[in-house]
Amino acid sequence: MKEHFPALIVVTPLIMALLVSAMSWLNKKLCFPTTVLALLVSLLSSIGLLLRVMSEGTVRYRLGGWSPPWGIAYEADHLNGLILVVVSLAAFLNLIGSKALVAKEFDQKEGPFYTLYLLFVTGLLGILVTGDAFNLYVLLEIASLSGYALIGMGNGRASLAGLNYVFMGTIGASFYLLGIGYLYLATGSLNMADISAILPGILPSNVVFLAFLLCLSGMLIKMAFFPLHGWLPNAYTHAFSTASSLVAPLTTKVMIYVMIRISFFVFPPAFVLTGVDISGALVWFAVVAMVMGSVLALSQKRLKRMLAYIIVAEVGYMVGGFWLGNRLGMNGAILHIANDVMMTLCVFLAAGAISYKINDDRFSALQGIFRKMPFTMAFFMIGALSIIGVPPTCGFFSKWYLISGGIAAGQYGFVAALLFSSLVNAVLFFRIVEIGYYEPFPEGHHAHHARSGPKGGMAEAPLGMLVSLGITAGLLIVMGIYSGDIVNNIIQFAVPL
Amino acid sequence: MTMDAFTTFVISKYNYWAVVVLIMIGLYAMIAKQNLVKKIIGMNIFQTAIILFYVSSGAKSGGATIPIILNAHGEDGIPVRAMDYINPLPHVLMLTAIVVSVATLGVALSLVLKIYNQYGTLEEDEIRLKIQKEAYKSLH
Repeated sequence: MKEHFPALIVVTPLIMALLVSAMSWLNKKLCFPTTVLALLVSLLSSIGLLLRVMSEGTVRYRLGGWSPPWGIAYEADHLNGLILVVVSLAAFLNLIGSKALVAKEFDQKEGPFYTLYLLFVTGLLGILVTGDAFNLYVLLEIASLSGYALIGMGNGRASLAGLNYVFMGTIGASFYLLGIGYLYLATGSLNMADISAILPGILPSNVVFLAFLLCLSGMLIKMAFFPLHGWLPNAYTHAFSTASSLVAPLTTKVMIYVMIRISFFVFPPAFVLTGVDISGALVWFAVVAMVMGSVLALSQKRLKRMLAYIIVAEVGYMVGGFWLGNRLGMNGAILHIANDVMMTLCVFLAAGAISYKINDDRFSALQGIFRKMPFTMAFFMIGALSIIGVPPTCGFFSKWYLISGGIAAGQYGFVAALLFSSLVNAVLFFRIVEIGYYEPFPEGHHAHHARSGPKGGMAEAPLGMLVSLGITAGLLIVMGIYSGDIVNNIIQFAVPL
Repeated sequence: MTMDAFTTFVISKYNYWAVVVLIMIGLYAMIAKQNLVKKIIGMNIFQTAIILFYVSSGAKSGGATIPIILNAHGEDGIPVRAMDYINPLPHVLMLTAIVVSVATLGVALSLVLKIYNQYGTLEEDEIRLKIQKEAYKSLH
């Protein structure tokens, strides 16, 4: 059992997805428990796998007993072990938290929703655990296609936003596929470990250079790196809350993981960091992404749209931190992947709870929200503080590493942009506090009655939502307190640098 | 480079030229066309170009062919010489890529259907105009 964890992580949700699809015809009530069970198995296997990796080092699994480079190998090391746990945990918490909202938003389509949910998670976990470059493409498309469908199921402009996402996502994935094709022509292999063993012998090579650029630009489109972010805000704003709280925390972060995996475990790190000579340019692009993401977030008038632009800025943090090219920046980028999954999940879950109660996420509709939903907003504020980067929440520690890395690399533009973006985040979230806590402003000499007006009653979100939101918010603090341990025991060994 | 050398350069790598041209056509259609179905057609041309790239990379000079043409069923005991066969791996990979592109086409077409039912048109500029009008109405 223990040795099959890498396969179980992916195969369980895949098979359960087919089961859920069949069940939706027989008994709709069974769909939700089956999905919970599947994700629980994935989550526990991921935790088991991470513990194994921490005690034994890299775990290699031969799918079907075929040995690499001919067969498909699943490989778990400190890098994907950590992100596997975080991603499966986020998917699980979001599932628990969105049951009531799914019943409301998807009404008669719960079966298809849970099927797509499981397929999406299958794709992402597969991307994380696979050690085969072409297998990664297939799983990438599984995740993307179910993501397109999840987003396109929404009302209003969701279908147009979904279609734009299809176009951009397909261009990104196709670039990656083309890059892998170049690599295959150059090396004759598709297994990542095998390619990385062959490549140093054939460098310098224009084909390999182009292969790297194609893979990288594909991933930059997929992760919505600033000038290529066009698809993201509309897709995440107009999708149903349950879909966006699943897709928004996970997709971009997993794509950043793929960028790290490709750069360090397929191509030789020395070639990527110095041979290609784009790291300086990418750090400056990341600076632009952070600044522009924050500025665009300032100009939004809807909660989910503002959060979507914050994600654009956060992608800049991680890409910039990675391309700083030193140990501190790398630690910061990887820690921030884990933290950002959780804090984005936290604020998007809260946005989902708000839209469950008031069916609207425009700022004007948020007046008095703190009195109406005190617990939801308390947890939302913990997520917000983490995004701003206030200790003891985890966001502070990853930003600390990123800033230290920026100073060590002498990239003061990066440091300045990170601080600027944090300040803008503070403005963004305290504006929500102002609207939600103080407005509507009391008028005249009835001022002291205004607080207990007709809208003053408490109307909280369902218990399931609050529980998962509370756990997520609690995790933000726990991960903050233990971030030193996470870095020293896991992330330290994640990349060869 | 003389004209002759250039022609040889183009002709010797003609499959890659075809791929590049097809990718450019596909990308152009996805970026420049207003009609959503034309964009989807562009996307398909783009994906097909990559499939062509892979499949053509499996070819070998010197009369390599498909295994079943050389040795049909029932002829056991004939040694397998890799030289005689084109590389089958890219072809097998592309079976998966074709499935992916069909699935993408399906998702895209179903979204287009939804968009048409919603706005009554498939021209992107007209849809954007309608969205703007709706937004304007909801403000006033």
